[in-house]
Amino acid sequence: MSFSTLFDAPAVEPPTIDPANPDSSPRRSLAARPSVSDSVFRSVAFLAGCITVAIMLAVGVFLSLRASEALGVAGFSFLVEQDWSPESQKFGIASVLFGTITIAVIAMCVAVPLALGTALLISEVAQGRMRSTLVTLVDLMAAVPSVVFGLWGVFFLQANVIPVATWISTYFGWIPFFRVEDITGQTLTEASAFTSSAFIAGIVVGLMVVPTQTSVMREAFSQAPIGEREAAFALGSTRWGMIRAVVLPFGRGGIIGGTMLGLGRALGETIAVYMIISPIFTINWEVLKTGTNSVSALIALRYGESSSFGLSALMAAGLVLFLITLVINFTASSIVARSRSGAESD
Amino acid sequence: MTILLEPTGTVIPELTPTAPAHTTTIPSPGGTPIGPRRRVRGARLDDRFNLLGAASAGIAVAVLLFGWFSPLSGGVGWLLVAFIAFIGFYALLVSFASDWQEVKDRVMGVLLASAGVLLFGALVFVVAFTLVRGQEALPHLNFFTQSMELAGPLDGLEVGGIVHAILGTLMQISMALAITIPLGILTALFLNEVGGKFARFVRTISDAMTALPSIVAGLFVYSAIIVLITHQRSGFAAAMAITVMMLPIVIRASDIVLRLVPGNLREAAYALGSTRWRTVWHVVLPTARPGLATAVILGTARGIGETSPVLLTSGVTAVVNWNPFEGPMISLPLQVFDFVKSPEPNMIARGFGSAAVLILLVLALFVIARLIGGKGPGQLGRRQQERVIAASALDLQRITLQGDRRVLLDASAAQDDHRPQPSASTPSAPPSDPNPKETSS
Repeated sequence: MSFSTLFDAPAVEPPTIDPANPDSSPRRSLAARPSVSDSVFRSVAFLAGCITVAIMLAVGVFLSLRASEALGVAGFSFLVEQDWSPESQKFGIASVLFGTITIAVIAMCVAVPLALGTALLISEVAQGRMRSTLVTLVDLMAAVPSVVFGLWGVFFLQANVIPVATWISTYFGWIPFFRVEDITGQTLTEASAFTSSAFIAGIVVGLMVVPTQTSVMREAFSQAPIGEREAAFALGSTRWGMIRAVVLPFGRGGIIGGTMLGLGRALGETIAVYMIISPIFTINWEVLKTGTNSVSALIALRYGESSSFGLSALMAAGLVLFLITLVINFTASSIVARSRSGAESD
Repeated sequence: MTILLEPTGTVIPELTPTAPAHTTTIPSPGGTPIGPRRRVRGARLDDRFNLLGAASAGIAVAVLLFGWFSPLSGGVGWLLVAFIAFIGFYALLVSFASDWQEVKDRVMGVLLASAGVLLFGALVFVVAFTLVRGQEALPHLNFFTQSMELAGPLDGLEVGGIVHAILGTLMQISMALAITIPLGILTALFLNEVGGKFARFVRTISDAMTALPSIVAGLFVYSAIIVLITHQRSGFAAAMAITVMMLPIVIRASDIVLRLVPGNLREAAYALGSTRWRTVWHVVLPTARPGLATAVILGTARGIGETSPVLLTSGVTAVVNWNPFEGPMISLPLQVFDFVKSPEPNMIARGFGSAAVLILLVLALFVIARLIGGKGPGQLGRRQQERVIAASALDLQRITLQGDRRVLLDASAAQDDHRPQPSASTPSAPPSDPNPKETSS
């Protein structure tokens, strides 16, 4: 800032200093005197900033205002009620929020190992042209529309992953999450009990968030100081030893931050989830079993038939989702910024 | 690591006893010849055989398990078992010849590579799956020239098409871009070139907005514009929803690109006495142009693929709608979503066809972005460099010509007036307005 104020004055009179008595001349003013074009540019840019902030604040304020109507009626029960029928004043996001988090956690289980491995592959193993090709591919993957992932999930993955789900539930059914049984406690084995589950949606969402995570992690890893890498090699370390001793500790902030950024995107993912799941409004602990829900799928499902109050209730659900992703995103970016790899000077 | 890659051992200087202290002293080779450079990377023969052997053992185990003992079935499960067996056998084979550290290194190397193969395989597979399933609908020319107006759900693929969705996508994205490009780039300029407390606030807000789930953006437009003002779904509302989604992406990407413009270019412009606006227009923007184009195109690719905000705002229709302010106007991703909701095989084929068109559109945008923005700010292609060199040669000629003329003029004036002649060594002032276009191309 100080630099630009110093150099902004377009035309400064040459200082008239009497060589005999330098103190006699008045001290030259260094204040900026912007020209006309500069002030126009500044005010236009300022205006653009204002419009951007106005749009963004309008979204937040409007959401909060409309949501407060429903939140005032529901009160605390909004967070613990599982059913969703605003017409009878009985609605809450317990089940949809639970479903959202289940899907996101499964997505993280799929995405984090893949992203970590790919980021290390790109930054440590691949060389030259191979590396830039892989980076391009990761960027390209981030641009594939979510409806395409949804199509793939519904028409290919679903049929092919059901045997795996059946197998998991047969052999790991003693873990409560992986159990699949009907209301009477009878264990189910037929394929129709495993379709449209949180497991399948989680895998697809996981694949969708891998590129985000990979690029953040790769960025962090590639900044690991070359001196420390060479020191590890010089002490006789293998490549994996070097990665464990230097790259992973250095990029820890990037790993955590990238994971959380991906988590934020996974929580907000709509269309692929909506295409795959079959919505239910109860908390379903059995992730392999048919039926789950998510906040965004709830909005996509119910917005059309809603009355004004129903819309306000959906707004409240959307607001809660937005607040969660907001907190996650800000935590992630502050972790990345505070970590050693995020710091500019080292 | 880089030291290993650098060409070493070419010339080792003779060391003298007077070598300064605190420097690395390389012992003299003492007449022994320096051999050819050693290969420090690359696989030995037994590494390759280890891989091959482990792979065949893994496949064999998987076939055995699935063929004979068969509590398992399905392609995915087969791959999983084969992979786990492969890793186990590989560790065993490596451990015959090396210590524990090397076993860990090799196994982790294989795991990293397989993570990459799995991810990129999945990407290629997702895209290829859509393109292959789309082949059923794509060869029909009417798919690109007709709308679904006259096609019923049971009609064959030779009737009906998606021209209405393509037109809708183009119109919606153009409207969104008409708002996003100027607003986004100006805001990014505000963040970088004007700065101050308010700019930090703007940056925080726009960063926060990247967290906005797309469905919530759609819900906002639905209840703020459609329910309150227009009372009908329209292409304009969809464009607004896409704008709310794209604006933070474009601002963030342009912000990063503008930050990459070298500071010394700006300082040079300021040192020549240019105002801030002229610096922005003639130095910052031209330097960042490829990056800005990439930012906008990648934002466009994301905006085109957004389904959920459009789902709430644009409405579903089967006819071409030229008026963005009235009546529903469908877009490609929403059309895909709408097609595959139907159980009819022909409709699903149309859905895959539309998805293939959408993917090809995104791919084309991505390739264009790469072609434009593959280079960093300030890096020029060969032809651009030639043009810049030619332009500066012209400038030099012009400046020296003007200088010579002025010296001649001054000399003749001195002869007339007997004024003290200015020394020829002081260069005359360069023209006050150097042609600024030379940096821009």
